Amino acid sequence: MADTIEKKERMKIPRQTMPEQKPDVRKTNFKEVPFGLTEEQALLEATRCIECKKAPCIPGCPVEVDIPGFIRLIVEKDYAAAARKIKETNSLPAVCGRVCPQEEQCEIVCTLHKKFKPVAIGYLERFVADYERENHLVQLPEIAPPTGRKVACVGSGPASLTVAGDLIKLGHKVTIFEALHKPGGVLVYGIPEFRLPKAIVQAECDFMAEMGVEFQNSIVIGKMDTIDELFEMGYDAVFIGTGAGLPNFMGIPGENLIGIYSANEYLTRSNLMRAYDFPNNDTPIIQGKNVAVLGGGNTAMDSVRTSLRLGADNAYIVYRRSEAEMPARAEEIHHAMDEGVEFHMLTTPINFIGDDNGKVKAMECLRMELGEPDASGRRRPVPIEGSNFVMEVDLVVVAIGNSSNPLIPRTTPGLDTNRWGNITVNEETMLTSRKGVYAGGDIVTGGATVILAAGAGKKAARAIHKYLMEEVKK
Amino acid sequence: MPKVVDNIQIGPLVWKMRVEVPRLVAKAKAGQFVIIRVNENGERVPMSIAGLDKENGLLTIIYQVVGKTSAAMTTAPDGGEISDCVGPLGLPSHVDNWGTAVLVGGGIGIAPIYPIAQAYKEAGNKVHTIIGARSKDLLFYIDEHRAVADELHICTDDGSAGHHCFVSDILKQLLDGDEKIGMIMAIGPVIMMKVIAKLTRSYNVPTWVSLNPLMIDGTGMCGGCRVTIGDETRFACVDGPDFDGHKVDFDLLTSRLGAYKEQERAAMKRFLANPGCKLAPAVAAFSYPDEAK
Repeated sequence: MADTIEKKERMKIPRQTMPEQKPDVRKTNFKEVPFGLTEEQALLEATRCIECKKAPCIPGCPVEVDIPGFIRLIVEKDYAAAARKIKETNSLPAVCGRVCPQEEQCEIVCTLHKKFKPVAIGYLERFVADYERENHLVQLPEIAPPTGRKVACVGSGPASLTVAGDLIKLGHKVTIFEALHKPGGVLVYGIPEFRLPKAIVQAECDFMAEMGVEFQNSIVIGKMDTIDELFEMGYDAVFIGTGAGLPNFMGIPGENLIGIYSANEYLTRSNLMRAYDFPNNDTPIIQGKNVAVLGGGNTAMDSVRTSLRLGADNAYIVYRRSEAEMPARAEEIHHAMDEGVEFHMLTTPINFIGDDNGKVKAMECLRMELGEPDASGRRRPVPIEGSNFVMEVDLVVVAIGNSSNPLIPRTTPGLDTNRWGNITVNEETMLTSRKGVYAGGDIVTGGATVILAAGAGKKAARAIHKYLMEEVKK
Repeated sequence: MPKVVDNIQIGPLVWKMRVEVPRLVAKAKAGQFVIIRVNENGERVPMSIAGLDKENGLLTIIYQVVGKTSAAMTTAPDGGEISDCVGPLGLPSHVDNWGTAVLVGGGIGIAPIYPIAQAYKEAGNKVHTIIGARSKDLLFYIDEHRAVADELHICTDDGSAGHHCFVSDILKQLLDGDEKIGMIMAIGPVIMMKVIAKLTRSYNVPTWVSLNPLMIDGTGMCGGCRVTIGDETRFACVDGPDFDGHKVDFDLLTSRLGAYKEQERAAMKRFLANPGCKLAPAVAAFSYPDEAK
């Protein structure tokens, strides 16, 4: 069909709109907000791709998925093949199709973007991944004969899942060690159900298990066994994908009052422990009526939208810079605004005020203005003297970022980190300062994205495979 | 899923559970803790290590019924399973030879103080152990403690066994006595640890306490267990659970422990009305101390 449609005609097709739950409905439930394109929409959207000779979308993708390649397969109505094409480079299309900031990666460089709206590459990736899964078309890839070599992955987030998926196909034995009781890392504890259904994360992990990856949950490497002990146990290489699991707090007075959560705690209670379905699940969560979330990233959006769904009358984002500087995805900022979140920009709290029972009841804030750029290149916010005011809040979520959890660096002698505690690695091979030990994802970069972690996993898997085959004698 | 070897009632609302977790037991040390999940929908709760049978790979935990999860734990049958037992978490208790050391176990604290007493004894200390509870039927582990301590002191609030006084009264007698005490370690209800720390500050004897805030992951990822030590915030799960008793803000800990009081009571009421299985009589008759029957 595509061959018979002229480029000009294709460019006239409007970008398909993602069908979504309406804001006033969706803010009362935890179900996924976007419904996914219909098949008809997916075909129309795929037809919009004009198959540029130089395909700027491919280098726009952090892992260089063959985007025109998979889109062509959609046009040919071979959706499962399209999913497999993506999986040649990205093992997690159902996840990335939902959470990647395509508007900053593949879609922003799409040729169509110059005059029209870019091809909805993310929606299409999601469509084929969901189609493949829902129609039971997921095929086990061919697994190479056993190499006799064993790899341990520490952490079960996107970086480790990608390493495991690649290495298992090459015939190595792979074990993923996860500290929590469910695998997925930030995919399962950090990103809410309404943005990334946990059944999808479980399906991805189940697929890994079917390929032969061994999952050992509820094992804390660094407490149960150290990395050195993993080598003693017979593993030939170790990949560290433990993430940025150390919550940053403001360090201001009153921060230990009841009702002040780190985003990690708030989201872990809600997402992993399903506190949104208390008391069917035993973990409670404080359901504030006036909720302030501090921060401007995706985690802040996830937290504030969770609070609405948990019954907040007023939900605020409090961010010390302006909207233009917010690192969150534009799509999620708009979702939050449509759901009724109030955005307080250029505002920062300076202390928390508690009631007689040790619970937070208010937050004193200062207004800010933008001054000179700081190290991140963004204009530094500067407090406006005397602009103090008090906000009434009964729940505060601190979503100002995470640093590296120190458990692995502290228990692995010779593992170099930078001054922020991130593990230092060779950028091409992801090799750390220890032989046979590799690392990738947020533990290396600080809090970043799923696709960057997956990309690091791809590089690490290549380097680990080379190391195992060339330097580990069997 | 970890196997429950046995789960026995040893006091009016106190149970002793042994779980088969050989790898964990091989690595665990006195003063550390584990996080338990009773079933798929269960919450993650920290439990102090009360015993380590390294030969058989068995972990002993002793728990008091205080709410839904601990009540549900009592229903795990011998030979049954719990969903998870993660560990060993936290830092092991610091053990050294201080000459003479005093260990104080109050109420349910009588359990975790036992392996620590063993470790202190092995390090060459002369060990005084003080164990206390509200009444005779709340005491346990007496033979175990007697086998380890050079001197065992027992007391009850109501005088039904041992001395009729609080653990702090016995500690004060020891502090006023002739022996030079090099270290004190106290585990028990927050109020008890607070009183002990206040007492020993005036005698200038180093005092460690084991803190028990609410926890979720137990690996330092969420900050839910944060405590104030001096001017600083620390995470009990990775920096503790032992802390310098003279620097702990006990009132903050007490306050934070009450964060979910309403939800906890609602969950317990719901469970008792519909436990889905037979409950031990003491559990079925449970009521909160401050509630009218």
